[in-house]
Amino acid sequence: MTTTLPATDTSPPGARTAPRLSEKSRVLLVTGAVLLVVAVVAGLRAGSGAVLTQALVTGVLTGGIYSLVAMGLTLIYGVLHIINFANGSLVALALYLTLICVQDLGMHPYVALVVVMPAMFALGALLQATLLNPVMKAPIQIQLLITIGLALAIENGLLLAFGPNPRSVALPGNTGVQVLGATVELSRIWAFAGALVIVALLALLLQRTRVGTEIRAVAANPEGARLVGIDIRWIYVLTFGLGAMAAGAAGVLVSPFTTIEPTTGAVFNLTAFVVVVLGGMGNVPGALVGGLVVGLTEQLAGLILPTQSPLLAVFVVFLVVLFVRPRGVFGRSA
Amino acid sequence: MTATAPSTRSTSTTTALTGQPAPAPRVRGALDYALVLGVLVVGAALPFVMTTSQMAIANRVLIFAIMGVGWNVMAGFGGMFSFGHAAYFGIGAYATAYTVVTLGLSPWVGLLIGMVLAAAAGVGISYLALRYKLTGAYYTMSTFAFAEALRLFVQGSEPLRRTVGFSVPVQQGSSFAGFQFPAGSPWYWWIGVVLLAICLLVTILFVHSRPGRFTLAVRDDDVAAAALGIDVLRHKLVAVAISAAITSVAGMFYVQYYMFVDPSIAFGAHTSNDAIITAVVGGTGTVWGPVVGAVIMAPLSDLVAGFLRNPPPALDWLAGQSGLDIIVYAVILILVVTLLPKGIVGTIAARRRKQ
Repeated sequence: MTTTLPATDTSPPGARTAPRLSEKSRVLLVTGAVLLVVAVVAGLRAGSGAVLTQALVTGVLTGGIYSLVAMGLTLIYGVLHIINFANGSLVALALYLTLICVQDLGMHPYVALVVVMPAMFALGALLQATLLNPVMKAPIQIQLLITIGLALAIENGLLLAFGPNPRSVALPGNTGVQVLGATVELSRIWAFAGALVIVALLALLLQRTRVGTEIRAVAANPEGARLVGIDIRWIYVLTFGLGAMAAGAAGVLVSPFTTIEPTTGAVFNLTAFVVVVLGGMGNVPGALVGGLVVGLTEQLAGLILPTQSPLLAVFVVFLVVLFVRPRGVFGRSA
Repeated sequence: MTATAPSTRSTSTTTALTGQPAPAPRVRGALDYALVLGVLVVGAALPFVMTTSQMAIANRVLIFAIMGVGWNVMAGFGGMFSFGHAAYFGIGAYATAYTVVTLGLSPWVGLLIGMVLAAAAGVGISYLALRYKLTGAYYTMSTFAFAEALRLFVQGSEPLRRTVGFSVPVQQGSSFAGFQFPAGSPWYWWIGVVLLAICLLVTILFVHSRPGRFTLAVRDDDVAAAALGIDVLRHKLVAVAISAAITSVAGMFYVQYYMFVDPSIAFGAHTSNDAIITAVVGGTGTVWGPVVGAVIMAPLSDLVAGFLRNPPPALDWLAGQSGLDIIVYAVILILVVTLLPKGIVGTIAARRRKQ
């Protein structure tokens, strides 16, 4: 939890660290206990251990993907205080870029990362520099409306360019494998692993490099950062670029098991919001935990209430968390 | 945007804005009332000068306008920027559809049920949000999540017909009690114009009323308002209730006019966007902004579709493709937000004030 962006972590290091950590571990413990109870109930409802195991494994793996998609969102919120409504559309755009790389250029889907991530970084940086930087001092709604406009433009640009028909990307050698008695596609395991690697890289970048320190400084106190000679506008551009790049990486990694449609982004947006709020907005490792919780909630709710959409349970959890712990379950307590 | 820009009040309150104790007009908002009368007169005449297909576009303008007027009460005058007004539109639409199709009652009964339910839902969710002091991004998320949760709930509810939605059964002949007329009848439009006029009147009365004044004070500075003894929470909730009820009217009109509704039409994020964008383009926090915004934004898709039916040779490849209308819509949104953050009516009002 050391890579919490300063936006949610303004306490000085040292004396107060210990009680805060115990608070966090307590929350983690409670969350784990709740999930355990829910899992037992779900297991009883399903009446079979195999079904429960399958749900748990699928939940964790899907949760990793949710974290990955939410990573860009939480980074951008932490530094720029903008909810990027276009995050899901950026994932959709990355899916189509992957499709081009695989179908027209004959690349292996994961090799497309090398192309898609820099392209998405450039796009994100460009959007921030041209559209959002001029309105960073305006009220928050203005920036939200611009990202909504971007989301609509990207989504419908994809519709215009590729048409509404669903597409897919095939991963060579994508077979089902046994994990703890559950069957999962290999591509989902790779995506989960990729998510962990990217979270680790982002955390390293934020924590161990000079530019990461600058990003955290701007997140904590933009005015102070400016006074010590940090170019805030450049940091904003960089951060939005990194956020878009995370969305791009997510797009590539989920492409082998996702139906590629212009509206795919909207589906990702919803879960990503929940993950970000659960994890504490601006908290990068929090997003990882939040993603796992959402993935598990979704799968277990599917077992407990088979007639309702599993996402409904996720949203009920979301609203409860918003009201009870608006700084996020794993964020710093308010 | 008005929360931080106290100057963007309703167009009619110019006396208050000059900062001088100008002589108060005899009737507050006289210009606004005159304009409502103008809307009714123009509305009455319009079916005689426009074709049936143009009237179809005009009816969509009505739906956008009512949604925008409703959203504006909460966001523009109440200072609570909702990104989930599809919730109230959808409650209005589903209350009407359920009343008509399942209960076999008049849609006017459905309208009342929808308004009450929408207002209650709005007050309930806003009470929680305000009670727990959700602000900024968190408030936005809660409104957005509420609409999405409702959509998912309806999609999973058998009595509400899941994803299939409701089709209103066609009756023979015209019926005012059943709010049903032969296709292309101008009565839909006339009734819709009256509904819009009522919603506008409610807005104008609210803005000039004592609670409305207090609400504006709360929007501009809730700490100062509280210090003056204004009950901040109660005034915000009143604005939410009025806003939700008005927005549900648009849902009812939608169901009766298109005779169909499903969860994604009623509760989809694009419906919330329509309400926001209409008001923002026209001018948040101005009485007439949403109407102007609706006149500009609602016909866009038809204009673009018409343009693409006979595209110029350079744009030939666009023929038959969809998506361009929303792109234009998005570009207008971004341009207005960047260049005219007060919206069209708000900017004009600000210009007039300067002169």
